[in-house]
Amino acid sequence: MRPRLGSPLAWIYLAAMFTFILLPVITLVVFSFQDGRLPVPPFKGATLDWYAKVLSDRAMMEALGNSLLVAALSAFVSLLLGFLAASGLARVLLPGSVLMRGLLIAPMTVSYLIIALGLLQMFNQIGLRPSLLATGIGHVVINLPLCFAIIYAAIGAHQRNALRAARDLGAAEWQVLLYVAAPMLAPSLAAAYFLAFTFSWDEFIIAFLLTRFDVTLPVEIWSMLRSGLSPETNAVGSLVFLVSVLIVVTLELSIFRKARK
Amino acid sequence: MSLERQEKRHGAALVAPALLWAVAFFVLPFAAMVAMSTAKMVGREIVPGPDFGNYIRIFTEPPLTRAIFVSLEITAIVTILSVLLAWPLAWIIATRVPAKWQRLALLLAVLPFWTSYVVRSYSWALVLGEKGIVMNTLVGLHILSEPVQIMATRTATVIGFTHFFVMLLTLTIYSNLVQLSPNYARAAEDLGASRWQVIRLVILPLTLPGVVTGAFLTFVLCIGDYITPQILGGNNELTLPQLIMLQLGRRGDYPMASALSVVLMAMVTLAYAGCARWLKMDRV
Amino acid sequence: MTADVRIWSVEHRFGDFTALHTVDLQIAAGEFIVLLGPSGCGKTTLLSIVGGFLSPSEGRVLIGGEDMTLVAPKDRPTTTMFQDYALFPHMSLEANVGFGLRMRGVGRRERREKALEMLDMVGLADKAARRPHELSGGQRQRVALARALAVSPDVLLLDEPLGALDLKLRRQMQLELKEIQRRVGTTFIHVTHDQEEAMAVADRIVVMNHGRIEQCGTPEEVYLSPRTLFAAGFMGEMNRLPVTPEGSGLASPLGPLALAPQTGALCLRPEDIGLEGDFSLGRARLSEAAFFGSHHRCHFTPLAAPELRLIAHLPQGAHPEIGAEVELFARNPIILPEAAA
Repeated sequence: MRPRLGSPLAWIYLAAMFTFILLPVITLVVFSFQDGRLPVPPFKGATLDWYAKVLSDRAMMEALGNSLLVAALSAFVSLLLGFLAASGLARVLLPGSVLMRGLLIAPMTVSYLIIALGLLQMFNQIGLRPSLLATGIGHVVINLPLCFAIIYAAIGAHQRNALRAARDLGAAEWQVLLYVAAPMLAPSLAAAYFLAFTFSWDEFIIAFLLTRFDVTLPVEIWSMLRSGLSPETNAVGSLVFLVSVLIVVTLELSIFRKARK
Repeated sequence: MSLERQEKRHGAALVAPALLWAVAFFVLPFAAMVAMSTAKMVGREIVPGPDFGNYIRIFTEPPLTRAIFVSLEITAIVTILSVLLAWPLAWIIATRVPAKWQRLALLLAVLPFWTSYVVRSYSWALVLGEKGIVMNTLVGLHILSEPVQIMATRTATVIGFTHFFVMLLTLTIYSNLVQLSPNYARAAEDLGASRWQVIRLVILPLTLPGVVTGAFLTFVLCIGDYITPQILGGNNELTLPQLIMLQLGRRGDYPMASALSVVLMAMVTLAYAGCARWLKMDRV
Repeated sequence: MTADVRIWSVEHRFGDFTALHTVDLQIAAGEFIVLLGPSGCGKTTLLSIVGGFLSPSEGRVLIGGEDMTLVAPKDRPTTTMFQDYALFPHMSLEANVGFGLRMRGVGRRERREKALEMLDMVGLADKAARRPHELSGGQRQRVALARALAVSPDVLLLDEPLGALDLKLRRQMQLELKEIQRRVGTTFIHVTHDQEEAMAVADRIVVMNHGRIEQCGTPEEVYLSPRTLFAAGFMGEMNRLPVTPEGSGLASPLGPLALAPQTGALCLRPEDIGLEGDFSLGRARLSEAAFFGSHHRCHFTPLAAPELRLIAHLPQGAHPEIGAEVELFARNPIILPEAAA
């Protein structure tokens, strides 16, 4: 039997890659506590001043609120549309099913920049001003394929039969969706929602092009970058990172763990 | 109405809202953009076409053509580098790390994946800057006598991109690896293959779908990204997305921005056509 | 190409769990051995130890007289046919079958010849260029067999090779396996939980339970004279009655029986109970009957013990009537000690 732990080379490689992967994030977080004006070595001691500064920055807090709002709502709309479409397409073989699936998935393979540019021009023509609404619409465009794909993949033969059984037992269409499909697919629905939420929460280019006065957090951070490196930016970045990591860890501990059982 | 027709009607009703959304906010804007790409800027006015002057300019004016090549070069380097770095990492996590720790190792290996894109590029700017931690360490250890300029070069862009896509590829390759029955490796070993032969002849070919899926995603996301080259690479050499943003910002040249976007889209479509065989392939 | 296998006091533990308790087994060269038992009985663990995928906690494995306990799978004269076949999906059948030869440095032409010969043996020579996913389950199974045999192993290990096939195909493949084994003369060690499969192919059956060998013998021996209650029950249907000595005979729930005094469980196969036989079981009422083609499968309720149920196979020509009261007889009694557990 060969030993399970293999050669030291594997462990050296693992350590090197982890350093490469985690170095920027660690640097970001560490120097957000920098007691000095520049977030670069040497580390001059710890302070929470920069966090205090961020939390009392009104523009930043407004952007944070906007981001949460857009992420929550756009993720919900993506989830709803994706769920309905997935249950419809998984249920019957419609003429043109392949084409429909293709159309629903297509935005996934298109650069966000192109989607943003197209929407910008169309909104200009119909007179919809750059706004959080415009950004939210854009975020649904990019997250709908994701939600659809996750939910569609979760509907297997077993789920299909359960839905058929529900209809056979006299459930109306909405009852099938509400009482059978949604609870049965709950782990995938939650995963889809939170992924869509994080993607929207992080998204920059669509928000950059489709907002003007009310901006989202990544756009606000972007404008901070113009003033160069600052521990304040580190502090914002660390906070944003923390939120995303909390969501991922919660998902990992609750839904995915349950789903695997 | 037959029962089958009724079923289909119900199904169609469920799909309709999503399809409408996709048509209204994806297909239509895209069509509008294609139309715009054939318009022309005269002074500050947009004159509708059809006019293919923009496309002719893209392929004849060196600064514009250059951006396409810069984007393709960077994307190619990043994709290859990421695959080469990610495959061994995914393999080590899947086969060498004890099962109990695999989930954690994977979570750590992709943790920064979840930082905001803008923040991640910014943190590389922190690390790679002249006073950043890398130069500080190298100079401190007397490996370099003085800091080397990395920021605002292609190297910085490539490092920033590679960081992101190594994580993405590690995920896709890892999930491909753990789905393989352990009996493939056992069978190959049983028939006399050495450890290296098992990897080269059996495991590597079997992870090709995961590699291609990841590489395709890398290609799409990398070639269309504005943030990383803008923050890390600066304006010394422009990528296609930077050029597009420049057209919008400088004088609102929507027709040229649209034409460049159509070219970008065409490159992605070509890449998809090249990978489609692998992306769809169902293997037993 | 064949060799004998000697398993010497092999014991295997996974953490606190003992999967195999001191197993001793001698397998002759060219023998078709079946390891039979329920899931978790240790049969697959034992196979993995012979194949070299596990090293035993204690004991030794000798193949062809040589100690192989610590030899890697690829250096053993064994090959394994895996339950999921593990055919390489990215290779043609020919490349799959030729893989082992390629690893042994055999030239392209010779490899091709041998691969085609092996595919021909399993009736798939015309499909050499196909990929595994284009085949049916039974065909994949044949390819896996051809691949394992292509390197002329001394011992072939088969891990539930027919488990994924439907019943009819399984019966057919059992015949083919047996035939091919006779032709190549390789020692086959085959793991299954299906006793009919075991009887169909085995020269000797090794019945295993809870990490121990319960009995080892030809199908007739194991079926007709089981040595433990487990072996008796696992090899086929069995009626069991607790008995104690009483005078010169036996006391049983059915009343006194005219058999030599002994304590234990009286075991009777359904085909050994009927309307005639060597000794009487007393009167019983027929409560259920079904026609099975070669026999009627009948449930009898003994009048002396209405809570019991005896299963008997009556001959094809019998006309069992539900509710009828008859006197039952039996033959071939086996009395085994009650299991300690």
